[in-house]
Amino acid sequence: MWDNISILTAAPVFNIQLILDGLFIGSTFALAAYGLALVWGVMNVKNLAQGDFVIMGGYVAWWLGKQGIHPLWGLPVSIVVMFVFGWVVYVTIIRRVIDKDMFTSLLATFGLAIVLAQALNLMFGPEVQTAESDFAIRSYFDNSVTVADIKLVAFGLCGVLAVAVVLFMKNSRMGQAIRATAQDARAARVMGIDTDKVYAFTFSLNAAICGAAGALISMIWVIQPFYGIGHSIRSFVIVTAAGFGNLGGVIMAGLGLGVMEQYGGFVLGAEFQQACVVGLLVAVLIYRQLEMRRHRQVVQ
Amino acid sequence: MESFNPKLHLPILIFGVAAPFVIPGVTIQIAVLWVMVLFALTWDIMGGQMGYNSLGNILFFGSGMYISALVQISMFANVSEYTASSGAVDFTYTNSEYFWGLGWGILAAGIGSALLAASLGWTLFGLRGPYFAIGTLGIALTAGELMGTWEWVGAGGGLAMPVYPGSADGKSLMFYFMCFFAAIGTYLFCSWLYSTRFGLAINAIRDDEQKAEAMGIHTLRYKTIAWSVSAFFLGISGALFGNMTGFVEPLEVAFPVATFGIFMVAMSLLGGKGTLWGPILGAVLFHILKEFTWTYFLGWQWVALGVLIIVNVVFFQQGIMGWLMEKFPERFGIIVDKKETAK
Amino acid sequence: MTDTVIEISGVSKSYGGVVANHNISLKVPSGGITGLIGPNGSGKTTLFNSIVGYHPIDEGSIKFKGEEISSYRVPQIARLGLLRTFQQTRIYSNMNCIDNMLISIPHRKLGFADMFKNRGDKETMEEVDRLLDFVGLYEKRRLISGDLSFGQQKLLEFAMALMNRPEVLLLDEPTAGINPTLINGLIDRLRRANEELGITLFVIEHNMRVIMNMAQSIYCLAHGELLAHGTPDEVQNDQRVIDAYLGAH
Ligand SMILES: Nc1ncnc2c1ncn2[C@@H]1O[C@H](COP(=O)(O)OP(=O)(O)OP(=O)(O)O)[C@@H](O)[C@H]1O
Ligand SMILES: [Mg+2]
Repeated sequence: MWDNISILTAAPVFNIQLILDGLFIGSTFALAAYGLALVWGVMNVKNLAQGDFVIMGGYVAWWLGKQGIHPLWGLPVSIVVMFVFGWVVYVTIIRRVIDKDMFTSLLATFGLAIVLAQALNLMFGPEVQTAESDFAIRSYFDNSVTVADIKLVAFGLCGVLAVAVVLFMKNSRMGQAIRATAQDARAARVMGIDTDKVYAFTFSLNAAICGAAGALISMIWVIQPFYGIGHSIRSFVIVTAAGFGNLGGVIMAGLGLGVMEQYGGFVLGAEFQQACVVGLLVAVLIYRQLEMRRHRQVVQ
Repeated sequence: MESFNPKLHLPILIFGVAAPFVIPGVTIQIAVLWVMVLFALTWDIMGGQMGYNSLGNILFFGSGMYISALVQISMFANVSEYTASSGAVDFTYTNSEYFWGLGWGILAAGIGSALLAASLGWTLFGLRGPYFAIGTLGIALTAGELMGTWEWVGAGGGLAMPVYPGSADGKSLMFYFMCFFAAIGTYLFCSWLYSTRFGLAINAIRDDEQKAEAMGIHTLRYKTIAWSVSAFFLGISGALFGNMTGFVEPLEVAFPVATFGIFMVAMSLLGGKGTLWGPILGAVLFHILKEFTWTYFLGWQWVALGVLIIVNVVFFQQGIMGWLMEKFPERFGIIVDKKETAK
Repeated sequence: MTDTVIEISGVSKSYGGVVANHNISLKVPSGGITGLIGPNGSGKTTLFNSIVGYHPIDEGSIKFKGEEISSYRVPQIARLGLLRTFQQTRIYSNMNCIDNMLISIPHRKLGFADMFKNRGDKETMEEVDRLLDFVGLYEKRRLISGDLSFGQQKLLEFAMALMNRPEVLLLDEPTAGINPTLINGLIDRLRRANEELGITLFVIEHNMRVIMNMAQSIYCLAHGELLAHGTPDEVQNDQRVIDAYLGAH
């Protein structure tokens, strides 16, 4: 461990590599977390299958790539497929649990997470996969920093998607309806907003956002049927740290998480990746705990 | 506390005592059934009675297994030599060494797991609902991975438990009865616990934690104790299971989040969470179904498990026991105001 | 001159931009019934929440029997004997009425071993029955409390509060949603709780008839500030109160 730290101090340029990689991957984390913040804030559903939506989206792009379609084209397909899938999930499951207590929706999405991970495993096998984009890989700083073009493209696409979602929420009728429902569902209903439709749309939009994040992750990183839970935890970490309804915070937390994970993986070793994420979750929870104590929220 | 009810308890006792002699071919399977009953009962202390869904209770099963293994080994051998030899060097235990080790190991497993729960509780309990669920899940997943990197305890290769100094039949019989008694002990303890003020308090926390706080209930104290109690029995079951299998390995045996970890939840939900007999019923039903059908699913059983949870939660929330109570409330001593419900 | 049990001085609380309470000072005398009135959204519930520890206050001090409690948390304050009921009634809705009552015993008196005692000894059960009878729910005692009507739930919540034997009870609109014929009975019960059990009451109420009848002293809030204070007669005839609140009556 100390060896790795000394590498970082001896060759500062490695830091640039880690930070860049962290920012690229972190942007996809932020995207998925924004989706979670959306369903959490609007519908009060804490989706434990969030990461599995991401992985599923990744497999859509990867599978298309195997059929000879460039995975970048897989991105819009993944968005559409996941939107439809989200709608189906809403109608079959979420609608029925949304007004029950929180435990119900938690357990239902937990079951959904199991179904998705296992089904993907049966369909595509447990191997770790990457969707090949065949973009150039460039080197900077005398070959000591390498950046694949696809990562830059993905980073840009993340930004574009985030802006698109924000504009949509601000300007479209549906976006306004979603915000009104988030504020006060009963008042929205009185004003003639069909909240059921709003919920369906919100949930599908979240799935579509996950699909996009997953497609990008499949190109710049790796996917595997059981990696979903890791992405769910990441989304929870980000939303917990940033709070929902705070897009800037979500982006910062997402990028920060990406960078911290890169450092953690580099310093401790790749096998500690998951442990790093969970460690961060615990750290955020402890921080929140202290914060809440200050706010007289929690016992004793 | 439930008093002894011959119609209900006697057949179970008779079955439990006679089974390994009448149908000796499946002794281990029935022993696992008792472990499943214990799983479901302990999950329900939190998940059903208190409304805190722990998705990572398997953590304490694994911690118990490792604690007991380490205690058993370290009492009479050097752990790092033992694990490094991975069974090659013959560590033979005498009868008394084995049984003393086992006894202390089981006790330490229970207490150690309970302490682990108590110390984790502070972090996770302030954070209700979703954080608790995902936090426990994450910690259980990571525990397996971290154990897999720790050379001293055998890392990913695992470690062999001390070898039982006797015949294989004698071993399975002994562990069968230990599992059986552990399940009965858990049942009796829960049955007593739910009859006390403690049971009422955790029910109150489930129904409305803010109200419970506003009434001055020491919610953190109750929550921590409830989790420690679960962890205590789970730790013991882990110690028993590890010794019964004879081999501890981090991902598949000690911290099987995707199998036992999920079974706990599914069984309690199926049988009816928040009741004493629901989890037992669910565990028995689930285990029998699983034993008979599991291999015919060709891999889809894991998907079916998720579907079971979803269907259970969405369409059959009350579970079998809850359904029975709704159907025949008089039998369970529930008074329904006919006028009230008729409206 | 009676002692003051709750003394609030200079308390302010805002939610983001909304100032819910601004520089409020008041005193609740021991043993009496004190009223708190004011238009919707004037910050009454917020003040209660500040007293019982639901959120930190921005500034000011809150004293309970001379002890500064503004940094204590909810259960601690409840265990001191300062209890509140909720505007939106809250009971343990999956448990029957008796169990609701049994778990509302005064927790400050419980030691560690008491947690594992039997749910209710004979004495406690008698008290449960007595209090359920007192609020008129004895017949319903074995029903799951979530199945009770709204008004009955409110009565149950009140009985649970009494079960806790608080020194001071903050009641947030005790008569809201209770039908007019029952209201008289409720006023009577509140009075008896105050006189016979010696519980100091601090009551938020929109029903003027109720509060003017019951309270010895009334505070009126408007827009988060203290508008007036005095005996019911004084407050009723205060021009500012009439303008801000009573005018519509
Ligand atoms: N949790 C909160 N977050 C933001 N604003 C709040 C919150 N609670 C109350 N407010 C605002 O604070 C102000 C005071 O509210 P409060 O509930 O104290 O009024 P009230 O006097 O109890 O009214 P009512 O008679 O309707 O119960 C209102 O403007 C309300 O919108
Ligand atoms: Mg109010």
